[in-house]
Amino acid sequence: MDPVFIAIQLLNGLQYGLLLFLIASGLTLIFGIMGIINLAHGAMYMIGAYLAYDLTLRTGSFWLALLLAVPIAVVLGLVIERLFLGTLYRRDHLYQVLLTFGLILVLNEAQRIIWGNDVQSVAVPPSLSGNITLTDNLQYPVYRLFVGSVCLLMAGGIYWVIRHTRLGIVIRAGAANRDMVEGLGIDVRTLFTLIFSIGVGLAAFAGMLSAPMTSLYPGMGDNVLITCFVIVVIGGIGSIKGAFLGSLLIGQAATFGPVLLPALASVIIYLIMAAVLIIKPRGLFA
Amino acid sequence: MLHRYPKRVPIMMLTLTAILVLYPLWGAALIGDGSEFFLEKLTLMLILGLFAMSLDLLVGVIGLVSLGHALFFGLAGYTLAMASPSYSAASLWWMMPLVMLVSALSALVIGALVLRTRGIFFIMTTLAFGQMLYYLVSDASFTGGSDGLFIMFKPTLAIGDLTLIDLENPLHFFYFVMGVTLLAYLFLHWLIRSYFGQVLDGIHDNEHRMQALGYATYGYKLAAFVISGVLAGVAGMLAAMQYGFANPAQLGWHLSGEVLMMVILGGMGTLFGPLLGAFAYELLHYAFEHLTVYWQLLMGLTIILIVLVLPKGLAGLILDPPRFRLPGAGMKGLFRSGPAALFKARLGPALPHEHDEGRHYE
Repeated sequence: MDPVFIAIQLLNGLQYGLLLFLIASGLTLIFGIMGIINLAHGAMYMIGAYLAYDLTLRTGSFWLALLLAVPIAVVLGLVIERLFLGTLYRRDHLYQVLLTFGLILVLNEAQRIIWGNDVQSVAVPPSLSGNITLTDNLQYPVYRLFVGSVCLLMAGGIYWVIRHTRLGIVIRAGAANRDMVEGLGIDVRTLFTLIFSIGVGLAAFAGMLSAPMTSLYPGMGDNVLITCFVIVVIGGIGSIKGAFLGSLLIGQAATFGPVLLPALASVIIYLIMAAVLIIKPRGLFA
Repeated sequence: MLHRYPKRVPIMMLTLTAILVLYPLWGAALIGDGSEFFLEKLTLMLILGLFAMSLDLLVGVIGLVSLGHALFFGLAGYTLAMASPSYSAASLWWMMPLVMLVSALSALVIGALVLRTRGIFFIMTTLAFGQMLYYLVSDASFTGGSDGLFIMFKPTLAIGDLTLIDLENPLHFFYFVMGVTLLAYLFLHWLIRSYFGQVLDGIHDNEHRMQALGYATYGYKLAAFVISGVLAGVAGMLAAMQYGFANPAQLGWHLSGEVLMMVILGGMGTLFGPLLGAFAYELLHYAFEHLTVYWQLLMGLTIILIVLVLPKGLAGLILDPPRFRLPGAGMKGLFRSGPAALFKARLGPALPHEHDEGRHYE
């Protein structure tokens, strides 16, 4: 393989991994702090993508669509948390699984009712539609670089919030011992609502960013959800660092897998997960 | 775990069984032209009931929430499709053991891995392994890709040239499925009450204590996982026979979620509950499908509602029926005096009566 090709694959993998991190970080935070397993996380990614599609059509600008869609997604997360999840915190995971499974059905069907069954796409915004020329016949799309850098900025932002702000202290403490945090007088209920809204907001934001790069179809969130589960299992549940490194690993595996091991392309990430389970059943960073 | 049910449970189950057995008598009269179709639906409900019972052994008895149980269901269908000759029928005498063997081996390998994890990890890893097989099957050419494989002929059940049960006949197939489901029910009923089942029950309540008592809980859980996988495989084989094909959807995680819902809707850990749950879920499914093309919306809302208001499922309603107090029943003793009387008046009638017949429902 020639080095330029490898470099492009590395870049693709990095960008995909960073995008996955946006989704997986929400998933792992929601579990680590709230103890909730949120199957509807992938559906929120899908809703984000469709919101970007719809609002881009209406407003004519992808940037305006992003600006409008993010608050909508966060409010949707807030409503879901307040309406449905409130009763589930003290109950078995089983009921969380089922309730969020029901939510998937509702969100998927809502998507079909609002936007239909057709495959849709979103145009890359004109300002980023160019390519960077690498060699005579190899180019790299600017939009992918943009997405990679935005995700990197977001990852940096998440790190900063968790390491250096008061909210971050509460989040870390909450992940370590929820009851103790509550006992210290922190309003856990509000914290949960905040974490859930931000978490699903991140997933929806990832959906919006990827809308110009992929096609939009009903149920597109399912694959993403399961990939992120694999990441969270590999990294260790509740660990942001684990989610970050897991995302990068899976991003590379998903881009290099089809090239190096075409026969195992579709299962390679699960094989990695199986290997991690054999070596460290609680994840690499738990 | 409740080991002896109040009499109304066996009476109700026997009545329902009798109603099903007598379907040829009332089916055509009550449903008319659609009775053939409805017979196939009833067969499918029985198959799903078997599937749900197999999952109940994990979810209800041991407390292991698997979100990848459709793996064994779908794998069995593919085993049948791939092992069947193209232009003639296979014999069930060796097809059944083959399917059970494949299910057992895959459950052994997967169980050995996933049982290293607990709680939420278990949910995620079972889901991921189920999806791994799903993608493997939908991408590979020898499994027919996303179209799946057709099964042209149902296996035969014969000794020499003598056909014992003609499985191509829908009514005979219905009775055959019913027999298998009944056998599985009796087997699980016995298993749960055996020494082995008691250990599983103990693991459900407190695994660490069971370990401290000297039980190798991992081995017990693995054995139960294999048994559950084999029964799910039998259900999957019957379903593939009924459909006439094996399809990736039969091992997708949506089916795993649905069968979990059947277990909860029926009432987990009760065995007869999940059987009822499969019927109730499928009946709801058909009703919603007739009502609107967006039936999944209604199904999703129903699932959410059941989780919120009926966590113990239908079996919970049957074992511990809600009692409605007559208006004024709580007023008794209001005119007595003294703190004890006041306490009774306020709290007495409102206390739950969960210790029905000296046992409680878990």
